[in-house]
Amino acid sequence: MVAPSTPSSAEAPGTPAPGPPPPALADAVRDDASLRRFLHGLPGVDQVGVEGRSAALATRSIKRASKMWAIDTAISMVDLTTLEGADTPGKVRTLAAKARRPDPDQPDVPRVAAVCVYPDVVAAAVDGLAGTGVGVASVATAFPSGRSSLQVKLADTRYAVEAGATEIDMVIDRGAFLTGRYGQVFDEIVQIKHACGDAHLKVILETGELATYDNVRRASWLALLAGGDFVKTSTGKVSPAATLPVTQVMLQAVRDWRDLTGELRGVKPAGGIRTTKDAVKHLVAVHEVAGPEWLTPRLFRFGASSLLNDLLMQRRTQLTGHYSGPDYVTVD
Amino acid sequence: MTDHTVWDYAPAPESRDLANLKPAYRMFVDGEFVEGTGEPLKSINPGTEEVLAEVSTAGPSDVDAAVRAARRAHEGPWGSMRGSERAKYVYRIARLIQERGRELAVLESLDNGKPIRESRDVDVPTAAAHFFYHAGWADKLSHAGFGPDPRPLGVAGQVVPWNFPLLMAAWKIAPALATGNTVVLKPAETTPLSALVLAEIVAQAELPPGVVNVLPGAGDVGAALVGHAGVDKVAFTGSTEVGKLIQGQLAGTRKKLTLELGGKAANVVFDDAPLDQAVEGIVNGIFFNQGHVCCAGSRLLVQESVAEELLEKLRRRVSTLRVGDPLDKNTDVGAINSREQLDKIRELSAAGEAEGAERWTSACALPDRGFYFAPTIFSDVHQSMRIAREEIFGPVLSVLTFRTPDEAVAKANNTPYGLSAGIWTEKGSRILWMAQRMRAGVVWANTFNRFDPSAPFGGYQESGFGREGGRAGLEAYLDV
Repeated sequence: MVAPSTPSSAEAPGTPAPGPPPPALADAVRDDASLRRFLHGLPGVDQVGVEGRSAALATRSIKRASKMWAIDTAISMVDLTTLEGADTPGKVRTLAAKARRPDPDQPDVPRVAAVCVYPDVVAAAVDGLAGTGVGVASVATAFPSGRSSLQVKLADTRYAVEAGATEIDMVIDRGAFLTGRYGQVFDEIVQIKHACGDAHLKVILETGELATYDNVRRASWLALLAGGDFVKTSTGKVSPAATLPVTQVMLQAVRDWRDLTGELRGVKPAGGIRTTKDAVKHLVAVHEVAGPEWLTPRLFRFGASSLLNDLLMQRRTQLTGHYSGPDYVTVD
Repeated sequence: MTDHTVWDYAPAPESRDLANLKPAYRMFVDGEFVEGTGEPLKSINPGTEEVLAEVSTAGPSDVDAAVRAARRAHEGPWGSMRGSERAKYVYRIARLIQERGRELAVLESLDNGKPIRESRDVDVPTAAAHFFYHAGWADKLSHAGFGPDPRPLGVAGQVVPWNFPLLMAAWKIAPALATGNTVVLKPAETTPLSALVLAEIVAQAELPPGVVNVLPGAGDVGAALVGHAGVDKVAFTGSTEVGKLIQGQLAGTRKKLTLELGGKAANVVFDDAPLDQAVEGIVNGIFFNQGHVCCAGSRLLVQESVAEELLEKLRRRVSTLRVGDPLDKNTDVGAINSREQLDKIRELSAAGEAEGAERWTSACALPDRGFYFAPTIFSDVHQSMRIAREEIFGPVLSVLTFRTPDEAVAKANNTPYGLSAGIWTEKGSRILWMAQRMRAGVVWANTFNRFDPSAPFGGYQESGFGREGGRAGLEAYLDV
């Protein structure tokens, strides 16, 4: 297996620089058999329990100032996404304009975290976001299925990075994972990470295809061990996509990773989060499962397209006391 | 945005007005709300120490009047009613509890101190569920396995505790009515209000007068009730100490008795457990309802190989518990029910420290007024310590360790109680092996404190006898 390069979390101020992995983890990635032993030695996840905890977290009542804070925080965490066959540079530039100024009437609305597009339209996004600090994320590695050769995946990644992507959202080889070829999945992530250079790497597990929470936990650790900066739930092309219990299991993984290594890694639920209510429930989970230090776009993102407008509408409702409706936010 | 953000949830209080709180409440006898001849009591809001309402209490003559009314109702309309007719009344009570659910939830949180999240999501829906479940039995008793036509016992005298005032009343009243008995219920001295609103619901459901009677008061009213010659069946939920007195009092009489008493349940965590969910189960086991739960998982037995890791996760999780105003929808742990109970928890916690256990208490802020106790975990606890043997009935967990499954069983069973137990392991065969050996009425596997009207609940040894819920629970109210 290939040695993991250090994650690029140096970008995050205040995060301890990642040193060599602690002995327990160095041993875990020594060879295929060790990796397998390590992943299968992780504590199991009880389905009823994890779903019960999610349901309990979802009953938190977030009102007034705390809701306003949550809305602004959620906006700043959005990876505004378009991943369609019909995407054009024009469409991407429109999205970039939205990302810069989500609500033209309310200049104090924070910018989103990034715009997320296919590699061939990265240049348009870079163009539209120059000097704003908004990231340009590109999916890569034969997204969404990941069904291609490693060479093609690496070329895909370099293509996006060279076009100016600051963040790469890769997919793992679910087929290899489900047949237990963990070493292969690990190596692929390590090599993609290397190809990313300075770009941030988000590792999409496609949890809808992994099916069990035990698998979600194992795949999260696999991605963290291989140097992924973020673990991400889904491509958005498979249902179910992001669910609260899946996000919870991932949050547990990054929390346990921090306890073991001192490093902070991120989580990105993507797909299916469309309402402010859903976003706030996720933030409550971030707050109470991982901890308050994860309540920042450096460590938590929402992969979404329609969520942003709902956040903007709810933000106006908070400010004016009445609901204005979808005609008062821009459709991009 | 700063690096370490503090996200304070704004207060989200449920409206106190929903409780329809009245300045005074009266007892319910023979279909009427009437003044009692006892000294009125004042019910306190344990979250603020304010007086909520004045409640009239029963004197000896009231107990007699209530038992006679129940006897008349049993010999009159109720005893001879067809099961299918009785079922209609019981269903009606269930639906009215649902209709008045928010009112009951807020009232329960005000009077008891439990968080609104629990009264809203557990107490009230489970109370309604008990009436629904038992209503279904009313016309099917000949298929319950107690013979072709099992008969009711007559008049049931029922005494319930303060930890789940409405829910325990439902556990007692629903099976009694479904099987054709009439009841005289005494709610706890510190929490009489929801039982009196339940009496309003009984009146609203147009049950014949005397079928349900509610007599607020202190222990003397309970003693008069269980000792009354006109009572055929006594059902008591409360402390082991009082349960023993009742059993003594009833010895040699023809009265049938069921007791649901204290507990010191072991929650056993093996090294192959789903640890994150085990942490949730431990929290739910001991901090649910401020630990005022007879089946609370108050003794954590954890395998030594994962003890340190589990304890660290547990402490971190417990630090996120929000303690405070019971009416705030985000409160996880509310108020201790009374000053007396708070003193008892403090006394036993002090004993834990004195005996050398290591105390950890959540650094959460507590309100200035009201009865509160921060969630506390004692580690390094040994079987010989008081906090490992005595029921604390508060948000205090004692952590012990074990090395082998045999040792876990031996320690779990080493208690005069035996109400409930929990087992955490991903290994199915170990769950079954453990469950066969645990001397406890309820054994939960990979969960804790789950209740369902179809599942019988009850204890071993000093935790009492008799079952409530399920087919087995019907036996307590049938002449079999």
